[in-house]
This record gives sequence, C-alpha cells and structure tokens, in this order.
Amino acid sequence: MEKNKSLVARLNSVNEYEQEAIPANKLKGWRSFLGTYAGEHTAGTEFVIGPLFVAHGASAIDLVTGLILGNILAVLSWAFLTAKIAVKTRVTLYYLLEKIAGKRFTLIYNLVNAGLFCFLAGSMIAVAATAVGIPFDMAMPQLTDVYPNNLGWVLTVFAVGTITTIIAMFGFDQVSKFAMVAAPWMIMVFIAAALAVLPRLGVTDAGSFWSVAESTIWTGVPLEGQSKFGFWHILFFAWFCNMAMHIGMADLSLLRYAKKWQYGFSSATGVFLGHFIAWIASGILYSLFLIESEGSLTFAPGPIAYSAVGVAGAICVVVAGWTTANPTLYRAGLAIQSINPRWKTWKVTLFVGLFTTIAACFPALVMMLLEFVALYGLILMPVGAVIFIDVYLLEKMGLTSNYAQVSGKRLNSAVAITWLVTLAFCLLLNLMVGVEIFFLGLPGWFVAVLVYVIASKIMQRK
Amino acid sequence: MKKLLIKLLSFIGLGLNIVPAMLVFSAEMTPDTCKQLMLAGTILWFVTAPSWMNKGQEDASQE
Repeated sequence: MEKNKSLVARLNSVNEYEQEAIPANKLKGWRSFLGTYAGEHTAGTEFVIGPLFVAHGASAIDLVTGLILGNILAVLSWAFLTAKIAVKTRVTLYYLLEKIAGKRFTLIYNLVNAGLFCFLAGSMIAVAATAVGIPFDMAMPQLTDVYPNNLGWVLTVFAVGTITTIIAMFGFDQVSKFAMVAAPWMIMVFIAAALAVLPRLGVTDAGSFWSVAESTIWTGVPLEGQSKFGFWHILFFAWFCNMAMHIGMADLSLLRYAKKWQYGFSSATGVFLGHFIAWIASGILYSLFLIESEGSLTFAPGPIAYSAVGVAGAICVVVAGWTTANPTLYRAGLAIQSINPRWKTWKVTLFVGLFTTIAACFPALVMMLLEFVALYGLILMPVGAVIFIDVYLLEKMGLTSNYAQVSGKRLNSAVAITWLVTLAFCLLLNLMVGVEIFFLGLPGWFVAVLVYVIASKIMQRK
Repeated sequence: MKKLLIKLLSFIGLGLNIVPAMLVFSAEMTPDTCKQLMLAGTILWFVTAPSWMNKGQEDASQE
C-alpha cells in the first residue's frame, strides 16, 4: 500500500505541468540540457548500431563524413524545429497534440508509441542478456537469427526482462538517477574499450589509425546477407535515428523547460558523444571480434565488450541496456494506461513488461535495429509536421490552429488523414520505387505538410 | 571538505577507466592489468558518484 502511494506520487511528479505552460521560475539552465542529452544518447543501442554499420560494409570515409553531417543536421533539427516550438508553446507534445488533433487521435498516437517503445525496450533487454549470459557460457545469437535458438537464451532474457519489469513498476526515479550517474562512466568505457583493442588491430600510434580504419575496420565490404551502406545511408540514419524526438516533436516535453530556444543546440553533446564516439568505438570492437573469430556471425555486444576491457565492459553492456530498457518500458506503460486511467499502473507495466520480454527473445529485434529505429522515427514524423504547420502556418493562411480544442472535436480528421496518407505514401515509395526506409523521412515530411494544409482547408471550410 | 574528497575519488574512479586503456594503447601496460584497474575504477565511481552527482543535477535544474 505504501509502495502504491509512493508510485502515485512519483507519477504525479512526472506529469507536472502537463496541462499548462511551464512557469518562468521552473525553467532550466543550459547545463541541465547538456547533461540530459549526453546521458540519454549514450545508451544500449550504441552497442548495436556501431557494429551494424561494420556489418553493412560502411567505409571509413563514408562513416566519418556521414556521421558528422548527419549529426549536425540532427542538432539543427532539434534547435530550429523542436526547441523553437517548445519555447513558444511551453507544453508537452501530448498536450499540444490533444489541442490540435483531439483526444481520440492522441489516444491512438499513444498506443502506437507504446508498441514502438516495447520493441525498443525489448531489444535493449536482449543486449543486456548477452552480457548476463557470459558466466553461464550461453550460446549467443547470430546476425542472421530471427527466432530464439536455445533455451539458455530464452531463460536469460526472461531473467533480465523480469528484473527490468519489476524495477519499472516501482523504481522509475531511482533508475533515472542511476542512469545519470552511469552516463559519464559509460562514455569512458566506450572510449577505453576502443583504445585498448586498437593495438590488436594493428594501430600502434595515432598516425596509423586512419590506414587501419580504411583497410581493416570499416572495409566497405558488407558481411554475407547484409545490404551495403554508403555515405547517404549513414548521413540519413544519423539525422533520422532520433526523428521521433526532433522532427517528430517528442522532445517538446523536455525542451519546454529551456529558457531560450538556443538550448536546443545542447543536443550536440548527445549526438557527438553517443552517435559519433560511441558508434565508432563499438564498431572498432566488433571489427576486432570479426577478425579474431574469422568472420563469425555471432552478434553479442556482451562478450565483445568483455573481451576488450573485462568485467567493466560486461557491466557497461548490462547497465547501458538496462538504463535504456527501463524508462522505455515505463513510458510504454504510461502510454497504454492513457486508454483507461483507472487501470493500475503496476498492472499495465507488468503486462507491457511481459509482452516486451517475449519480444526480446527474438534476436531479429537486435539484428534489425537500424531498420526498426528508422521505422520508429518515420511512423511518428507526420505528427511533428502537423505540429510545425499548426504552430507557424495555419493562422497565417486564415485557418484555425488548435482546431480540435477550438471546435470541440475529439478527432481532427485532417491530422488523421495526414498521418495515414503520409505513411501510405512512404510505404508505396518503399514497395514500388524501392526507396530504402532510411530515406523515406525527408520526402514524407513534405508530403505530410502538404496533406495537412490541404486537408485542414477542406475540413475547416466544412 | 568531505564532499570534495568524495568528488576527487569519483574522478579518480573515472580516470581509472580511461588512463589504463591509454597506457595499453601506448604499450606501457598489459590488457589484463587494464581490465583489473577498470573494474576498480568502476566500483569507485559507482560507490562515490551517486552521493554528489544527482544533487548537482537538481541544483543545475534550479538555476
């Protein structure tokens, strides 16, 4: 009972100022954003994404230039799109969406979001399981695996999933504090692990790094069965891997606390530590593994980090996976709970945790992480385009912004049509023209803008 | 003074996670010693950092 009370209190504190603009005395300084972004974007996913670039045959020059430019575009998106709207409106994405699209649409959006959160959390539980399984000599999943291939894997995933779910049910605050503490240490372990294995790859001084990088680490040759990644793949992936957060506007909830819109540039700490240094470091580790294992298809971040820097590396994989999975699971629970607020939070989280853990048993979730992350951003992107147009353009065109709130509608059809048409357009572009998922976000955004403007004109005239 | 000492220990812990790796890179330390020092640094960091780090976050948020 006491625990339930404390959980309700914690939930209340999470929901602070959700239905109103942030008061001026609650705004935060830039240091807070630097730390938050650095912590949030050095996570368990980094142990998977860096190696997958190696598996997809990225060349060294494509990787470095693609990551630098893609990350710059991501930071600019955070600053000029998300932060500007966050400072102008000072409300969460969900509250703003409710005013624009209506309660019914927000509910659907929440459910889709929850499903995506579950899969993301599931992949991180799987990553942590690869490190937890080391002492038990567990057979690790292969790059080509879709289904669980042994009982030990399933049992380990269930053990990690159970612990993660229980903690998500009762300890969100402690986990988020622990994640903040772990972030600088994780960055150090990433860098240290890469540095420590460089001599084994033949790098003996800083001058010889680039030639080894080109000839041995990022050779430009994909592994068997993997598609080839070039400069544009890397650039668009780096730009859009957090599309849900910047162009999709999910980070309105965070940046609404910023005193100035320029604080959006603090996202640079996250992308250049997590999505540059950590991806390069984990790529180096995986490349060494491939050489020493003579091209083994085993894909397990835990043993790779353990081989590089021992127990500290294995702990880093567990902590990185767990600190990403835990809040994600918690957010998924809250999103599902929005269907019926009378449902007990712990029961919803338990259900979500069970679903997520079952999903985590399928190694495909980890092996297809690049595609999943791209899909995640793509699905939520049209909502960001709708918010952008609603905030900046609709009133200038003589239309009503925040239409659902003004008209009292529970569902703004213009938003629903925009979402469906944009995703249908992206799907057709993928299936008919063969455009890969990583590139769909950009044309999709312009289609969303166009459809929302036309649909709003038609709907509001009615 | 006590807080300063704990912070110092935390940064030593963080240093133990990166400096040995640099020494391995420059062939001045064996990988096994590096692994042991990194584990010691990890323990030192997680024992000391939580006592001042989250407090620092809260202070920063109230700027």
